[in-house]
Amino acid sequence: MDLISDLANLTNSTLVFATALIFGAMGGLFSERSGVFNIGLEGMMTGGAFAAAIATWYAEKAGYGGASPWLGLLAGIVCGVLFSLLLALASVTLKANQAIVGVVINILAAAITLYLVKIIFNGAGDTDILNEVFSKWAIPGLSDIPFFGKALFNTYPTTYMAYILVPLCSYILFKTPFGLRLRSVGEHPGASDTVGISVTKYRYIGVIISGVLAGIGGAAITLTTTGNFSHSTVSGQGFIALAAMIFGRWSPWGVFGATFFFGMAQALRNFIKLYDWSAHIPMEFLYMLPYLLTLLVLAGAVGKGVKGPAAAGEPYDPSKR
Amino acid sequence: MTKWSQIFIKSNLLVPLVAIVLGLLCGALVMWLGGYNSWSAYSALFHKVFGSSYDIGETIRTITPLLFTGLSVGFAFRAGLFNIGAEGQFMIGMTAATIVGVKLHGLPAIVHAPLALVVGALAGGLWGAIAGFLKSNRGVNEVISCIMLNWIALYLSNYLISSLVLEKGQQRSEMIQESASLSIGWLSKALDNARMDWGIFIGMICVALFYILLWRTKQGYELRAVGHNADAARVSGINVKGSMLKSMMISGIFAGLGGVFEVLGVFHYQVVTAASPGYGFDGIAVALLGGNHPIGILLGSVLFGALTYGSAGMNFTANVPTEIVRIVIGCIIFFVASHGLIQMFLKPRKPGRKPKKKGAVDGGSDLGLG
Amino acid sequence: MEQAVPVVELRGITKRFPGIVANDNISLQLRKGEIHALLGENGAGKSTLMSILFGLYQPDEGEIYVNGSREIIDGPGKAIKLGIGMVHQHFKLVQNFTVAENIVLGIEPRRGFSINYRQAHRKVSELSEQYGLKVDPKVQIQDITVGMQQRVEILKTLYRGAEILIFDEPTAVLTVQEIHELMQILRNLAAEGKSIILITHKLKEIMEVSDRVTVIRRGRVIDTLTTSETNESELAEKMVGRRVSFQLDKEKREPGPTLLQVNHLTLRGSDKGRNVLTDVSFEIRAGEIYGLAGVDGNGQHELVDAITGLRPIESGSVVLGGVDLTRKSVRDRMSAGVAQIPEDRQKQGLVLDFKVSENMVLTTYKDSRFGRGGFIDEKAINEHASKLVGEFDVRTAGIHVPMRSLSGGNQQKAIIARELTRDPQLLIAVQPTRGLDIGAIEFVHERLLQAKNEGKAILLISYELDELYKMSDRIAVIFDGQIMGELDSEEVDDEKLGLMMSGNRLKGEGGGAA
Repeated sequence: MDLISDLANLTNSTLVFATALIFGAMGGLFSERSGVFNIGLEGMMTGGAFAAAIATWYAEKAGYGGASPWLGLLAGIVCGVLFSLLLALASVTLKANQAIVGVVINILAAAITLYLVKIIFNGAGDTDILNEVFSKWAIPGLSDIPFFGKALFNTYPTTYMAYILVPLCSYILFKTPFGLRLRSVGEHPGASDTVGISVTKYRYIGVIISGVLAGIGGAAITLTTTGNFSHSTVSGQGFIALAAMIFGRWSPWGVFGATFFFGMAQALRNFIKLYDWSAHIPMEFLYMLPYLLTLLVLAGAVGKGVKGPAAAGEPYDPSKR
Repeated sequence: MTKWSQIFIKSNLLVPLVAIVLGLLCGALVMWLGGYNSWSAYSALFHKVFGSSYDIGETIRTITPLLFTGLSVGFAFRAGLFNIGAEGQFMIGMTAATIVGVKLHGLPAIVHAPLALVVGALAGGLWGAIAGFLKSNRGVNEVISCIMLNWIALYLSNYLISSLVLEKGQQRSEMIQESASLSIGWLSKALDNARMDWGIFIGMICVALFYILLWRTKQGYELRAVGHNADAARVSGINVKGSMLKSMMISGIFAGLGGVFEVLGVFHYQVVTAASPGYGFDGIAVALLGGNHPIGILLGSVLFGALTYGSAGMNFTANVPTEIVRIVIGCIIFFVASHGLIQMFLKPRKPGRKPKKKGAVDGGSDLGLG
Repeated sequence: MEQAVPVVELRGITKRFPGIVANDNISLQLRKGEIHALLGENGAGKSTLMSILFGLYQPDEGEIYVNGSREIIDGPGKAIKLGIGMVHQHFKLVQNFTVAENIVLGIEPRRGFSINYRQAHRKVSELSEQYGLKVDPKVQIQDITVGMQQRVEILKTLYRGAEILIFDEPTAVLTVQEIHELMQILRNLAAEGKSIILITHKLKEIMEVSDRVTVIRRGRVIDTLTTSETNESELAEKMVGRRVSFQLDKEKREPGPTLLQVNHLTLRGSDKGRNVLTDVSFEIRAGEIYGLAGVDGNGQHELVDAITGLRPIESGSVVLGGVDLTRKSVRDRMSAGVAQIPEDRQKQGLVLDFKVSENMVLTTYKDSRFGRGGFIDEKAINEHASKLVGEFDVRTAGIHVPMRSLSGGNQQKAIIARELTRDPQLLIAVQPTRGLDIGAIEFVHERLLQAKNEGKAILLISYELDELYKMSDRIAVIFDGQIMGELDSEEVDDEKLGLMMSGNRLKGEGGGAA
């Protein structure tokens, strides 16, 4: 086999795996930057993956053809937002413990989606395989570039969206008034409040953006990688996204680097199966790599220790300002 | 003793009770939306739990792991830590017990079973201590490290089981030696072959230990002081780092014990799984519902254990997917965690600022993150 | 007296919190261009009143008029719109934002969708020149001094076009030098036509800078006076409600042998590797109160931590009563006779969610009298707690209620009771009267003097010079982690201390050593 071609394939596959993680992790980023700790990412992505599968399935039965996965994507967003509203309501308005609400979202999302799948598909634990999913688009011209064409410009629309998402998030967070205010709410809500910025409003917005992006992330898995929804469709991607957000030190480009790396860890599992020596490598270590690395980074064993937004995790209590 | 009675005073009891009712109502609503008869479903659940002596035995078996993980999470909460990692500690405890149970031969049962139990409990404790160490020495938020450790525990367990004790051609370990078994044969026979083991009895002892340790010893005084206010504890000469480590270790031991009985008492082998069993997360629910009090935790585990076991009955009799019970449990935690909502319902006439509250989470409510 | 329409008028403001009336029918007029001081003890209701004016709280009764028209101020946003700005006691600045970002936050200049940083920097520079408030717009808040942070807070309000400025205890965190500068800034602002409300409990500042003063006691307005027609003792009397003696009977007695020796203490900072304490040496004798003056953040906390053992030291030694404590743990030092009244009583001194009884043994629970074999003897603890509560007059609903339910003064009494009954050799008191009302302050001072007379060595750290004058036998000044000099209580004055507190060594002193 040709090494360059292998590498291009690996990169391509890495980016496809990274797509869901990028959306998920950027979602986590917006939430945490606004001061709300979001371990419900997994649940929000599960919701997105589920809704995308169901909506696409109904759409293709209704004859929407190629538009079906796009409708599925939209449904994924809506479902992600619904779960994010639950997080916002409980942790911002009711000042509940954010980590606990995150756990609740994960439990509820896993249960509700499977419950509905069983109702819709007569007791089956997974949806039918979808016919109308996203296919890879080759960008005319760009896809002919050696290596890069194959690696970067012959991929799913969701991955192209992820390409745009990273610089866009970076711009929004660090160059716009909205980003400045969102970050101020996550760092020092008292400072924002006293200059007339509504902490509640910005935290809701941050969490809802989180739901939108996580929903897309989940939908991307269904509509590109698995082609249907079951209880194992998301299986930990939300937690890897959370890890990537921390590993990327709460910055969009850092997160991109982390998701690329973790995406590669997933792509490699399939990739090295092509080689005989892979049988000697315990797959479990590839699986646990993202978590292990994140733990090491947090402990300061790799590079300097990291800290997230100063006020993340704490409900804002104006009487203590 | 004032403490024992305090759990039964109105304010402590009201929020969980209302949360349970609201949770069950949410479940009924979801069933109604799905076109099921929620009344017959709930009565099917009830009948499943109390239907026969076998069912009662199996319900107790389902309660046991929840009791242990509930104690685990609750203990950490009391010490000011959110142990979301009971899941991983459970896995590690189970794996260690399996390996000891399978690999050691020729030991008398009186030695082998306790040895496997102790090794499993300690393995869980050490796994918890990792998060405790990272928190106390490196300032790593325990919620995040625990999440990472849960996944690492899952894959590590799978790796250990597949590489050390795999049953040929199957995705599970070999059976443990008879001498490592913690099942109680005569009790199983008495209850129609329900899988009974020493777990529930050791669990009850742990309930008592939980109380004595926290409220009757100086060590417990220290752990609670650190849990409520680590700064003040440090100034008062308490070794805060050591306390956090101990708390997470003890918490991990509770969770690890849960895993131990799951393999030594119930299944006698361990499966290679794609996802961890979820007892750790349910433990959070149990601890929250029980107000982090040992008696409350016991009651909480009984409720959730019964719901979980009974869900099979709902599925069989009323054809309702078992997930409905997960939805109910999720809703109950949601309502306990958002107790502000319940208090709004209970006292609708009191507008304005909420008084400074320390709610159901108690010691666990100040979880500084980052 | 005929007057133009006041810029702000508060009429009959009442605000209740559970169990307390914070503001009781308060009325107040602020004239254009005046500096109006709001004087009152801690907890008198000054901050609540100003929080109402700034929209942070809603009054239960009463009306607010701004420039003659009635306004409902339902949030800081509305207050800002009405031209009201507030400089908070605890700065509301985002640490990792730049000066300019903090100032423009909420009303950022734009170019397209982006923040126009060039314009933001220019505007900030212009404002800072106009009012003589020197700042660098491009540096991050975490890298600038406290005085400069306060200037950023003032600029924040000016940038929003504030005509009415509220200063909440603005001098609490400043050096003597910075206080002088601030007074000048206040005068400049008033001269530019801004109207200023100055919340303070410091009489000197009021006399120096204000035009009028309103005195508040227990949520009520006692009087509004023209500053030039009153004096400090009249104000003090109105503030407290009775005559206050500024002098305490400080017995002059010959101190005993040296108890505490701090020798050449050097301590490195946790992050940057810079020294936070450099070669600090001093001694305290039995029956002596040793005052340590200095602006907050000059190494006081680190010094306390080094003596109590909370932080390891780089070099030097700590000796108490001839015993070298340098390598001992916190607990060993406590049993050797070190006791502390920590600065932040709620954060460091008490476990608020513990019962009063449990708090009373926080530093002594290990004693065998409170239980043997690792178990707790609840009865012994309860007896001990009841005794302390009685002896030190801690007002509480019982020893089984949470410490949280006690007032600040009684919480402090509880700590003092706990620490003094341990019969320590050395008592370290950090800001022991912070946030207390006069009655509680007197109690604390009496107990400290009593402890002194019993022959204990006392290290008193305070940012209030008056307290140090009143209590101390000797006063040293710490600046940037070094002792600038040491004076007998007879020879101190504001000027000498002020100079030392801003980094000048006392003439005729060689080094940091006393």
